[in-house]
Amino acid sequence: MNRVVMQLTVRGLLGRRRAVLLVLLPAILLALAGLVRWASGGNLQNSVNLANGFALGTFLPLMCLLIGTGVIGTEIDDGSIVYLLAKPVPRRTIVGSKLVVAWGAAVVFAVVPLVATVEIAGDDGARLGWAFAAAAALAALTYTAIFVALSVVTRNAVIIGLLYALLWETVLGGYVPGVRDVSVRQWALAAAERILGDRAAAWSVTSAVGLTPALVLLAVATAGAVVLAVRRLQTLRLTTAD
Amino acid sequence: MSTLVLDGVSRWYGNVVAANDVTMTIGPGVTGLLGPNGAGKSTLIAMMGGFLAPSAGTVTLDGTSVWRNPEIYRTIGLVPEAEAMYDMVTGWQFVVANARLHRLPDAEGAARAALEAVEMMPAKDRDIGTYSKGMKQRVKMATALVHDPSVLLLDEPFNGMDPRQRLHLMELLRRLGEEGRTVLFSSHILEEVEEIAGTIEVIVAGRHAASGDFRRIRRLMTERPHQYTISSTDDRRLAAAIIADGAADTVDLTSGSLAVQAPDLGVFVHALPRLARDSGIRLLDVSPADESLESVFAYLVAR
Repeated sequence: MNRVVMQLTVRGLLGRRRAVLLVLLPAILLALAGLVRWASGGNLQNSVNLANGFALGTFLPLMCLLIGTGVIGTEIDDGSIVYLLAKPVPRRTIVGSKLVVAWGAAVVFAVVPLVATVEIAGDDGARLGWAFAAAAALAALTYTAIFVALSVVTRNAVIIGLLYALLWETVLGGYVPGVRDVSVRQWALAAAERILGDRAAAWSVTSAVGLTPALVLLAVATAGAVVLAVRRLQTLRLTTAD
Repeated sequence: MSTLVLDGVSRWYGNVVAANDVTMTIGPGVTGLLGPNGAGKSTLIAMMGGFLAPSAGTVTLDGTSVWRNPEIYRTIGLVPEAEAMYDMVTGWQFVVANARLHRLPDAEGAARAALEAVEMMPAKDRDIGTYSKGMKQRVKMATALVHDPSVLLLDEPFNGMDPRQRLHLMELLRRLGEEGRTVLFSSHILEEVEEIAGTIEVIVAGRHAASGDFRRIRRLMTERPHQYTISSTDDRRLAAAIIADGAADTVDLTSGSLAVQAPDLGVFVHALPRLARDSGIRLLDVSPADESLESVFAYLVAR
């Protein structure tokens, strides 16, 4: 890790105009939670539906897309990444530092609001809170790594990431059986299912995969994305054909 | 003292060849990389700075390859052409951050020295986003100088500078070259390059067209055949007079006006009015056919 890279990354992530979205999206989610609470009076099934549906399926990948592309994609797009690359700093340190910032931001702006959503909309003690905290944290870890790698690989990371988040994870990952097996959301949900235990089925918090394969797949996807990001950063082409 | 060596370097993007078998050695002192826009100067600098792999050939810094070797940045300072920096930090914070990334023992002292060298101390506490183009250029320069590199690569450093800033940067580059550093900058303006560069490398359409000090390059550019289009009261008689005098190699009357190719600019422009007066011909229009920089460079390549 490199403290200076992290500081510059934090400034870059929070200092640009798109940082408004990092606050706006959680605010929308919390407002929805309040609405659910008001409409259903703390009905647990409604709370679960919100957390398991919109929050985990759409809000979380979108936030991770914003953060993952925000920590490195914007610098690659405008060329300012050259100031980090033209230093005797290993590329893995640059990627690592940016990922740490991304993960921190994902916890603050995505995981915490998601847990708060559950608490506002209705919780059974703290069981639902814990379950979705675990699922959200795991999913955020993998999503941000994937979106950081995507930012290094392509200049169209936002578009591709948006299609992936909305089509693959939200729509297909929710319903199509084959896709569900290779969905970050389903893998992360396995953790929530385990924490909820025998009540998981009643709330239909069920994952397409078991906990062990889910954790292995999450780890493999995350590590793969990190390795890809480092390797592509080593050969990042900074010049256009002039 | 460091030396950059390009050996048979080519770079192509699909079917487009941006650099074609370039071999050059860049040693201490100021070297100007001169060429028209789109000649491949940026591509060459990107390869020298380790940001682009040559499709063929090698780029080495004091014997070690620069590709995929971040250690070279202890020796190389890079001033990129792109203007984007970290707009939301101040000039001071940014240069200090660059110094820290180099793990300099006294980052703040180094940042101060670099900002003083580019005369940016008075504005150091403003956000970079508020700087003018010339100020950004100087902060970029400071980030490249902060670790006291022995090689400095600058891509079009004079773009967007006003005359005063330009003079100041020229002075700075000249001083860095005199200190024994290897300074390479690209430009498409001959006057800029010959002002400060001891050695000039001319790049045209990806090829290394000429190399030498500015006198040699100047001579190559001015001693080429010059073409004029002339119209007068009697083109036919004037053509005969020019040929008889020997001031031009070729005259051409087929295109309606008189086209002349003269081997020596000085001789021809002095001879033409004299010949016209002696023959009683009035010159109506004398214009150089093609004096654009591109055509000058094109001539160098075709040579």
